[in-house]
Amino acid sequence: MPKDHGIGASPKRREDVRFLTGAGNYTDDINVQGQAYVHFLRSDVAHGKINNIDTAAAAAMPGVVRIFTGADFEGVGGIPCGWQVTDKHGEPMKEPAHPVLAQGKARHVGDPIAAVVADSLEEARNAAEAIELDIEELPAVVDMKAALEGGATKVHDDLDDNLCYDWQFGSPADETDAVFANAAHVTTLELINNRLVANPMEPRVAVGDYSRANDESKLYTTSQNPHVIRLLMGAFVLGIPEHKLTVIAPDVGGGFGTKIFHYAEEAFCTFAAKACNRPVKWTSTRSEAFMSDAHGRDHVSKIELALDADNNFIGLRTDTYANMGAYLSTFASSVPTWLHGTLMAGNYKTPNVTVNVKAVFTNTVPVDAYRGAGRPEATYQLERVIDKAAREVGVDPIALRRQNFITQFPYATPVAVEYDTGDYEATMAKMEELMDLPGFAARRAASEANGKLRGFGVNCFIEACGIAPSNLVGQLGARAGLYDAATVRVNATGSISVMVGAHSHGQGHETVFPQVVAEMLGIDESMVDIVHGDTSKIPFGMGTYGSRSLAVCGSAMVRATEKIINKAKKIAAHLLEASEGDIELKDGQFSIAGTDKSVAWGDVTLAAYVPHNYPLEDIEPGLEETAFYDPANFTYPAGAYACEVEVDPDTGKVTVEKFVSADDFGNVVNPMIVEGQVHGGIAQGIGQALLENCAYDENGQLLSASYMDYAMPRADDLPHMENYTVDHSCQTPCTHNPLGVKGCGEAGAIGSPPTIVNAVIDALQSGGHNVEHIDMPVSPSRVWEAMQG
Amino acid sequence: MTEVTMVVNGKSVTKSVKGNTLMSEFLREELRLTGTHVGCDTSQCGACVVHVNGEAVKSCTMFAAEANGSEVKTIEGMENPDGSLGVIQQAFQDHHGLQCGFCTPGMVMSAAALLKDNPKPTEAEIRDYLEGNICRCTGYHNIVKAIMAASGQDVTSIAAE
Repeated sequence: MPKDHGIGASPKRREDVRFLTGAGNYTDDINVQGQAYVHFLRSDVAHGKINNIDTAAAAAMPGVVRIFTGADFEGVGGIPCGWQVTDKHGEPMKEPAHPVLAQGKARHVGDPIAAVVADSLEEARNAAEAIELDIEELPAVVDMKAALEGGATKVHDDLDDNLCYDWQFGSPADETDAVFANAAHVTTLELINNRLVANPMEPRVAVGDYSRANDESKLYTTSQNPHVIRLLMGAFVLGIPEHKLTVIAPDVGGGFGTKIFHYAEEAFCTFAAKACNRPVKWTSTRSEAFMSDAHGRDHVSKIELALDADNNFIGLRTDTYANMGAYLSTFASSVPTWLHGTLMAGNYKTPNVTVNVKAVFTNTVPVDAYRGAGRPEATYQLERVIDKAAREVGVDPIALRRQNFITQFPYATPVAVEYDTGDYEATMAKMEELMDLPGFAARRAASEANGKLRGFGVNCFIEACGIAPSNLVGQLGARAGLYDAATVRVNATGSISVMVGAHSHGQGHETVFPQVVAEMLGIDESMVDIVHGDTSKIPFGMGTYGSRSLAVCGSAMVRATEKIINKAKKIAAHLLEASEGDIELKDGQFSIAGTDKSVAWGDVTLAAYVPHNYPLEDIEPGLEETAFYDPANFTYPAGAYACEVEVDPDTGKVTVEKFVSADDFGNVVNPMIVEGQVHGGIAQGIGQALLENCAYDENGQLLSASYMDYAMPRADDLPHMENYTVDHSCQTPCTHNPLGVKGCGEAGAIGSPPTIVNAVIDALQSGGHNVEHIDMPVSPSRVWEAMQG
Repeated sequence: MTEVTMVVNGKSVTKSVKGNTLMSEFLREELRLTGTHVGCDTSQCGACVVHVNGEAVKSCTMFAAEANGSEVKTIEGMENPDGSLGVIQQAFQDHHGLQCGFCTPGMVMSAAALLKDNPKPTEAEIRDYLEGNICRCTGYHNIVKAIMAASGQDVTSIAAE
């Protein structure tokens, strides 16, 4: 029987009631008394020299409070990058200035140049149109390889060129080269990981507020990590000490990475609220979001796989160009390096792996982490080249993967990470069972009878979640710790508020976290509430991204709850006149082992706050504990995914007919929520594979700047329910965190794109088309063109 | 300024608005019914769907003045009279048909309009009908399941994943 409460159960989400009745409190729902509105004048050219900004006429327009330009921010810090990468020569990456409002030059379409604060949004927009901007359009660089050629236009005049860093990692290059020289077979593939836009359905919003009474600033913002924003904006941009700055991220309508970063609009609203002595609100339109939210992916790679005569993988070499866009977004530099290179070994015991990455500045929107962040890019390269190798050497793609699986744990890869646990054979076998492989031939024949080509695609992946420990990531260049924190506040009558550093923007923490605390204490989940998203209420935590919430913040919560239990046992021992070592906690009762003497949870908590009969000489009153948890290692979820697609040879249209994911997330606290996370990740992965593409023209104009041009997956783009299974029954618990959990938020987005593309190639090959690769999105036109040879 | 009068969630309201005030803006800013969300500016995402005279409408595509004299229902009006969740709302909670909740009001309003015209839709009909509602979190799987369940269809075999 499935459990009906606690760890492993799937209680209905408590946050749903407010979301289903319109009672959610998203940032745009917040109006502060007396607020003004800001409209940003953004660059409509990809690269331009700002000769003059004349705001006189605009400033005289009705309702205008004040107009800001780059000159107003000359004494203010720029938007910082949170990770310094060291290149292969030991030099730090190039880190150009990133002003809040453009100074001297605009460097991408959407770069904010001026900001109009007015009584109403309409007045702000009207006044922005009256600003006389003299901007001289300059040649733009868009293509990464062209940007690195001698004489290319420079995005930043103060840098030597457009190279941010040239990074090399893993096995020494000469050793890997020697392996390749002696290989029985080498498979090479060049591919593009298409630029995407995260597109959480809630556009970004920022409301700055300032109180002269106590010189305090407050920012309401759509963020995945309010403390990170407070630290970056307070310490590096505006110079506001943390005790004078509160950052609140209330209900947030999805993030997927793009709401991790500190954005110029947040700093602007906080700054302008003080400068105008009036709250200032900015609500992004979707069109603005396309040109100001950090984009994702955009890697151009060449990957080579060396095999010996027995088809063992003996070497892997990659060469990637990673687009940084015009400025370094908060974690941009870490994505193609430490979140990508470290995963390049995948699920395989390839002894030599060398990764090369060149990060490049272009006149495009900054690129940063998007669901998976580096790991989808690694997986896509590896799993595509393995499929190609299988075809070239004439072996089954499942068998080739299986033969090369890592089977002994812990396993230290040539790319610096140590997988603590896993069972790749188990997830592969589960996938095979759920896919009904013996039935494939009949399904293919049925498709062919309907004039369609049917293909099968398989993919294995590993990801690294809960990036840590802090001292290691510090050595790698992180400018922040990557622990998290929780405070468990037990109230006098036994109810509990848990203040957590993690932030929930769809993940269901308000439901899941109480399942853990309630199980540990043996009390009802309704007694436990989660508080998150407000730096004035929660301990300093690093927020939610990289599938880290339960593995890192959940572990902090477990540690804090253990401290609560230890103290409560001391109190119970006093009340029961027993020795502390004899006290047991079960089902919310503290009892003396082997007797029927007990006190209830509520009696102990009341004693802590009304300490009349209490060992005051030994322990303090009250029952509140905080724990900070810094993990010993990443966690390593892994899985095997497979799908069947149909290709219509007349149109090139691809449909996903069957999809199976077999994941190993370690222990699962709430299966319903885990499955929901996988559904969402797979939809985004199928979106990347078949539909989504952020496109620029050669002049740096953004061609896909609305939902009319950027194809978001709709309900009818995804597999029907009877042919779609997400499984997480294979569980090898994480060995180094107290819950044995690994993280499930990104798996679907990592595992699905290569699965789809592998299946499309298989379908085309089955129809006699000698097509080895099609870049994503595998759109009807691209498929049809490939079929024409 | 134009005076508009309409019945919203059973209550008559009269307001003076500018002629270019969008219905979505009117609901959110004038009536402070912030459950209706705005997720795009090209009438594609469907987060702003409400019912006007019983028809599903993207409230960002009509002016408030156009709704003068209409009967309007928003997500805030979908509960049962006793305050409990309505059938569709309950099905969304039961089947985890929402994550961040931002697209949810529009999804529920669209689902209600679908079930009014087609009380027992097939999966394909539901997926087709939701063409104008984008969700980025759920992959739609559990939304489709919730709508089937709300229409009284047995989804227990699908639930077993």
